[in-house]
Amino acid sequence: MTACAQEKARTDDLAHSRIRILQNGAGVELALCRQCADPICVMNCPSGALTKNADTGVIDWAAKKCVDCLLCTAGCAYAGIVYEAAVGHVSKCDLCDGEPACVSACPREALELRTAARIFNAYADKEDLFCRGLAACHGCNSELLIRHTMRMVGPDAVVAAPPGCIPGMGTVGYNGQTGAKVPIFHSLLTNTATMLAGVKTQYDRVGRDVTAIALAGDGGSADAGFQSLSGAAERNDPILFICVDNEGYMNTGMQSSGVTPYGSWTSTTPVGGAMQGKRTEAKNLPLIMTMHNCSYVATASTAFLEDYYVKLAKAIAVAKTGMAYLHVYAPCPTGWRFPSAMTTQVCRMQVRTNFIALWEYEPGHGLRFTHPVERPEPVVNYLKLIGKYKHLSAEQAAHIQNTVDDKIAYLRQLSAMAAARRGVAAQ
Amino acid sequence: MRSKYIVVGSSHAALEAATAIRLVDPDGGLTLLSRDQRLPYSPTILPYVVSGRSQPDDVTLRGAAYFRDNKIAFVPGASVAAVDPAQASLRLASGETWHYERLLIATGAAPVLPPVAGLEDVPFHVLRSMDDAVKLRAAIGAAKSAIVLGAGLIGMHAAENMRKSKIAVTVIEMEAHALQAYFEPEASTIIERVFAANGIRMLMRQTLRSVAETGDGCIATLADGTTIAADLLLVCAGVKPNIGFLDGSGIETGSGILVDDLMRTNAPNVWAAGDVAQARGFWGGKVVNGILPNAVEQGRIAGLGMAGDPGVTAFAGAVPLNTYGFFGQQAVSVGRAGEGAGAGLEIEQSVGDRAYRRIVFEDGHLIGIATINDFVDAGIMAQLIRRRTDLSAVKSQFIADPKQTGRQLMSQLWR
Repeated sequence: MTACAQEKARTDDLAHSRIRILQNGAGVELALCRQCADPICVMNCPSGALTKNADTGVIDWAAKKCVDCLLCTAGCAYAGIVYEAAVGHVSKCDLCDGEPACVSACPREALELRTAARIFNAYADKEDLFCRGLAACHGCNSELLIRHTMRMVGPDAVVAAPPGCIPGMGTVGYNGQTGAKVPIFHSLLTNTATMLAGVKTQYDRVGRDVTAIALAGDGGSADAGFQSLSGAAERNDPILFICVDNEGYMNTGMQSSGVTPYGSWTSTTPVGGAMQGKRTEAKNLPLIMTMHNCSYVATASTAFLEDYYVKLAKAIAVAKTGMAYLHVYAPCPTGWRFPSAMTTQVCRMQVRTNFIALWEYEPGHGLRFTHPVERPEPVVNYLKLIGKYKHLSAEQAAHIQNTVDDKIAYLRQLSAMAAARRGVAAQ
Repeated sequence: MRSKYIVVGSSHAALEAATAIRLVDPDGGLTLLSRDQRLPYSPTILPYVVSGRSQPDDVTLRGAAYFRDNKIAFVPGASVAAVDPAQASLRLASGETWHYERLLIATGAAPVLPPVAGLEDVPFHVLRSMDDAVKLRAAIGAAKSAIVLGAGLIGMHAAENMRKSKIAVTVIEMEAHALQAYFEPEASTIIERVFAANGIRMLMRQTLRSVAETGDGCIATLADGTTIAADLLLVCAGVKPNIGFLDGSGIETGSGILVDDLMRTNAPNVWAAGDVAQARGFWGGKVVNGILPNAVEQGRIAGLGMAGDPGVTAFAGAVPLNTYGFFGQQAVSVGRAGEGAGAGLEIEQSVGDRAYRRIVFEDGHLIGIATINDFVDAGIMAQLIRRRTDLSAVKSQFIADPKQTGRQLMSQLWR
C-alpha cells in the first residue's frame, strides 16, 4: 500500500493507495479494481470519465471528465473504485502501465500481475480449428488446451491423436462438421510419434510446409507410446509432440499408468486391506525426454496460459526442424474426483505446491524454471482438493511431500548447473 | 424502415441494452431511435453542463465510431409518436414507420410541471435535455438571481451549480426537507445547512402560489404571501415516465410501463427498461426506480432477453441507490435508509455537524444505509441488501465500521 501511495501521490498516506489490504480472520484480503471485462462502473458513469481500454484491459479514469458523482462506487461490488476524503476524488488501480509498484514491492511473491487475458486479444480472432460440441467431460481442461493450441499452430497442420481422451471426446473426424478442421488421424497407441514423423516426411517430400503435431495422453506417451516417442526423439524428428497428462487411463476406466503418482487411487491401484493406492512413484517423463535428443522440452499448466503460449510458440518454431516435446498437466475431475468447477484451481495448486514445476529445456542452454515457486505451499493443500488422495495416511502424505522436495531439489540442481554454464559461456 | 432490434431512447438503459444485444448477436440489425439531435449523453451530467464544469461535446457516452464498429444505426431526431404491437411497428412524429422484431422502450422521464398559477405565461427553464442545459447556461450569464422550484436531486444539483456561477439562488420546496425521497430529516438538515452556508436561500415547506412575468424576469408569490423576484425560474418539481405515446397501443402502464422480471411488457416482443419502466421493487410492489444504476441493470436484462440469451437472469427488484456530491461533500443512500421506526426494524444513527450515519436493519439483515461525509462502498452495501445477508453475527462490528466490515464480508462472500 505504501508503494502504491508513493507511486501515485508521492506520500506515505495510505489513503492514496489504490490497493487496499484488509484483515480477514487470520489471513488478508484485497479490495482492488478487478479491471472487469464487463464493467458496471463504466456503464454507470454519466460523464464518460471511465472507459475500458480495449488494448490494455485497464479501466481508465479521466480526471478532467469526472464530476465526482460517485455513481461508479454504486456499481462496483468489490470496492475497486472508492472515494477517500484525503484524495478528494474517486481513485482506482490502473496497473501502473503494466508494471505495478505493489508487485515489485511485495517481498513474498503474494502479488503478481497476470496477463493471461491479453491472450484473448491476440488470438480471439484466429480460427478455432475444432468444431463445436466436443464431448469432453465437464470441467476437462484438455478441450481448452487443444483449442488454444491449434489456434496458435494454425490451419497448416496435421494432427495425430492416439487412443485416449482427446479422440474420445470426438476430435477425430474431418468433414468440417465434427472433430477437427485440419487433417487428423487416429494413430495406434504404440506408433504415434513414428507414424507422425513419417507423415511429416511425406509432406516435406511434396513440398508442403505443415506443423506435425501429436495430441497424446500419458498412456500414448509414457507407457505403450514410449518406444516410438523415444525413437522419434532420438532421431530429433521434426514434430511437435504434446503429452496431455491426466496421470492414468482416464477414458477407459481410470487405470493406473506409468506417470500415476504414488498414493493415487485408480481402478488398478485400489484402496483396500492390502493396498492404499499406487505403491510406486510416477516416472518423470518430461525429464526423461531431456535425456533424448529433442530440440525443445517444456512442462506447462493451463492455469498459467501465458507461460504455455510462450513455450508453444517456441515449440512450433522448433518443430520445423527438430523435435519439440511439451508436457501439459490435465487434472481430471471425473477420474480424480474433484468438482468440475475446480480444475483451474487444482492446476494452480499443482504449481503453487511444486507438485509440478514449470520449466523448459533446450540443448546447450539446459533447464530453466519459467515460473519458480520459492515458497511453495505444503503439498497437502493440493492433495486435499482431490478425491483420489482422500484415503492417504499422514505417512503417505509426508512421503509425497518428500518426493516433491526431492524432485524440486534435483530440478534446482539442473537449473543451477545450466545457469553456471550459461554464465561461463557468456564470458 | 425495418430493423430486427429497435431501441427507443439513447441514455443508459438504451445503451446498455445495445451492448447486451451485441454480446449475443453480433450482426442482427440494431437501430437506436433518439428523440435528441445529439449523440448519447446522460441526463445526470446536465447540472455540470449548466455550471460549465462539463462541456456539452465532451460528455458523449458513445461516439460515431462506436456505432460504426458495432453495426448499430443511430438515428437522432427520431421522436416516436405511436407503437402498434399487433403490426410490430412504430410511427415517428415525422410520419415515418419502422418495423421491428424486438422493441425496447427506454424513453426515460420528462419534467412534471406543478399546478402554479401563471406558470404557463412566464418564461421558465427545466433540466432534462442537453438543449435545456445549454439554454440555462446561457441564461445564467445574464442573470443575477434565480429561483429553483423543487429540492430533489436535479434541483439541488442545479441550485449548487448556479450558485457557483455567483447567482443569488432561492430554493423553494413544498416538503419539509430537501431530498426527502432519499434522506430522512436529520440528514437533509445537514445538507440544507451546507447550502445555506454557501449563500443559497432554502425555503422548505413552502408552496408557490403564483408566478408572474416582470420586465426582466419573474416574481414568485408563496402561499404565505412572501414575494421573491428573480431573473430566471428553474422548475425541478420531479419527473414522470414518458409514456404518453403509448396511448391506444394496448401496452399496460401504471405510473410507468409495467414490466415483468425480464423487462417484458404485456405486448409480444416489446420490452421496457430504465426510468420509463415500472418493475418489481425489491421489497414488493412495482416501482419506477428512476436512478442511473437501475437503468443500466434493467437495460442489460432487456437486451439479453431481446437477443434470446438463455443465460438472462431475472430482475431481483429495484433497490434505491443514490450517491450525491455537494460543495465537495459526499452523501450516499442505499435501500430503505430513510425508514422510520417500525416493527422488526433496528435503527442505528449518529449525527454530527458534518458527518452522519444511519443504518437500518430488519431482523438482522441490512435494508438501508445512508451516510454523509463518511464514505461507504455503495456497491457493497447494495450487495449486502440484495443477498439478504444475515449480519447478526457481525452487527456491532458493522455498526462501528460499515466500510471495512462491508469489504471483509465482500471478501468472504463474493470475492
